[in-house]
Amino acid sequence: MNPLTRRRITNVALNTAGILVFLFAVFPVYWMVATAFKSNNQIFTTDFIPFPTEPTLDHVSRVFDKGVAGNSIWVYLKNSVIVAVSAVVIGAVFSLLAATAVARFRFKGRVPFLILLLVAQMVPAEALLIPLFLNLQRLGLYDQLFGLIVVNVGMTLPFGIWMLRTFVAAVPKELEEAAWIDGASRFTTFWKVLFPLVAPGLVATSIFSFITTWNEFIYAFTLMKDSTSYTMPVAVQYFFGQRGTDWGGIMATSTLMTIPVIGFFLLVQRRMVSGLVAGAVKG
Amino acid sequence: MSNQTSTIARGGGNHSAAGRRRKQTGRTPRKSLPSWVIPYALLLPGLLIIAGLLLYPLFQMIVMSTQKVGLREIRRGTPPESVGLGNFETILDNDLFWSALRNTVLFAVFAVTFTLVVGTLVGLLINRLGKKMSKLVIVGCMAAWAVPPVAVGVIWRWLADADAGIINWFLNLLPDWLAAPPDGQTSWTGYPWLNDVLPIYVILTIAVVWQSFPFIAVSVLAGLKSIPSELYEAAKVDGSSAFRTFWKITMPLLKPVFAVLTVLSIIWDFKVFNQLFILAGGTTNREAFNLSMYAYAEAFRSPPKMGSGAAIAVLLTLILLVVTAVYVRQIVKQEDIR
Repeated sequence: MNPLTRRRITNVALNTAGILVFLFAVFPVYWMVATAFKSNNQIFTTDFIPFPTEPTLDHVSRVFDKGVAGNSIWVYLKNSVIVAVSAVVIGAVFSLLAATAVARFRFKGRVPFLILLLVAQMVPAEALLIPLFLNLQRLGLYDQLFGLIVVNVGMTLPFGIWMLRTFVAAVPKELEEAAWIDGASRFTTFWKVLFPLVAPGLVATSIFSFITTWNEFIYAFTLMKDSTSYTMPVAVQYFFGQRGTDWGGIMATSTLMTIPVIGFFLLVQRRMVSGLVAGAVKG
Repeated sequence: MSNQTSTIARGGGNHSAAGRRRKQTGRTPRKSLPSWVIPYALLLPGLLIIAGLLLYPLFQMIVMSTQKVGLREIRRGTPPESVGLGNFETILDNDLFWSALRNTVLFAVFAVTFTLVVGTLVGLLINRLGKKMSKLVIVGCMAAWAVPPVAVGVIWRWLADADAGIINWFLNLLPDWLAAPPDGQTSWTGYPWLNDVLPIYVILTIAVVWQSFPFIAVSVLAGLKSIPSELYEAAKVDGSSAFRTFWKITMPLLKPVFAVLTVLSIIWDFKVFNQLFILAGGTTNREAFNLSMYAYAEAFRSPPKMGSGAAIAVLLTLILLVVTAVYVRQIVKQEDIR
């Protein structure tokens, strides 16, 4: 076989493999979206119907009008947004402070703190859930969105600090030193020099926290009692409690829950790839 | 930029020589915190949150694992009574614990292995694809990676549906010698994947591998991009086969990456909950429990036995702690922590 043919064959093989991987990765997601727009005739069939040839918005409008567990999906969407956004904002402030401390100062207890951040990611949610459930009950925060927000801040903070630390460390110290020399106060230096440069990193970290909180199921499932305080993942799970699962409705809800995450995900990925503040200080 | 003369002197000493010089020219330094306090002040709010929501509950969990915490203690606030190691004894005597442990460990072994193998292969593949094609595959992988765990459970529960599921439809397409219908049936249609433990875990493994391989692939890809191409050129000149090059150059250089990825995968797969919860249909199927589900069900299904739930959680945490120790050592070794 001459080298050119051989290379061509390799290329075809590689591209075929690439397409197969793409299909394997995307098909289940596509299938969720497609099912959300199929008529019930096309959903409950043993045949393979690749496209919703009789597309319908029935399922989408049903989950908004009638909803599940007695409430429209709006209620759960609203709760999910409130919890995720509040947890992210609170978490961003605290993680930025802590990340600055760890990345910019050398102090006693720094390495133990960093190890604590790593170990924290290992603790299983089910372990913390039991004491947290009792503590929130005692504090009167059980079945309160605020309680769930606080819990989510605690869960996302260790990784948030860990991730943001590298972004703060990536900002050249010379910039801050230049500001100090020019007589800027510590606060001005932080606000006018460090913050704008860390902002992209803060956005990336916040998006990660947002996704984690948005996806979080077990805390919301256990700590929220009234159906009006359910978040999206809890509402989705509720579909299975009914007789005869409403697959069109559940797929419409799952799609609504998934789309923002996929969007955010693609956003963070680009941020991560582009070298953050490369070239801010030259020479 | 720094031609101006001093305006305000900085509070606290910092280690720049230029700053120190400036101080002498300045007026009296503004009153401010002593510099050693600053990092602690910055750290305090975060540390309080971690202490209140992580460390203290962990401590409570350990205490509770030696107590009887039932409905009376939860509802009426009766002080729980200590049972020593009684909870652990009861659990270790229970067959359910051993089946949950078996499910957890076997699932982790298979899921971690498949995730790493598939992820690495896809990473290597993307590295060799053309620009457009590699972008397409990466975006596809991102889509799978981004799906919320609960939705992953929902999607695969639907794909594995007995009648309308695509998995059974696909198996019907395959010739009988490759995928014979179960128990002398004429077709796969109607085969319930989510009733018995083994099929549930087969679907769970596929679902979790599907969701986790993209992370491995992207990390391996990033690792591959960091290997200088000269090494590969040298290997090519020396007539090394592709397999040998992979084994002698790529693998050793990516070893630290693999170490971290393996440990992270083990930690995640040991804790898997949401997907199993959805696939197994809640906590009704006790034989399908893994340790997280068992701890949860013990603590929250009526009648609640939070003491023994905590005891199971303690055992799970101990297992994970051992794995995490390896992870922390690896990270510290890579000097990532400096």
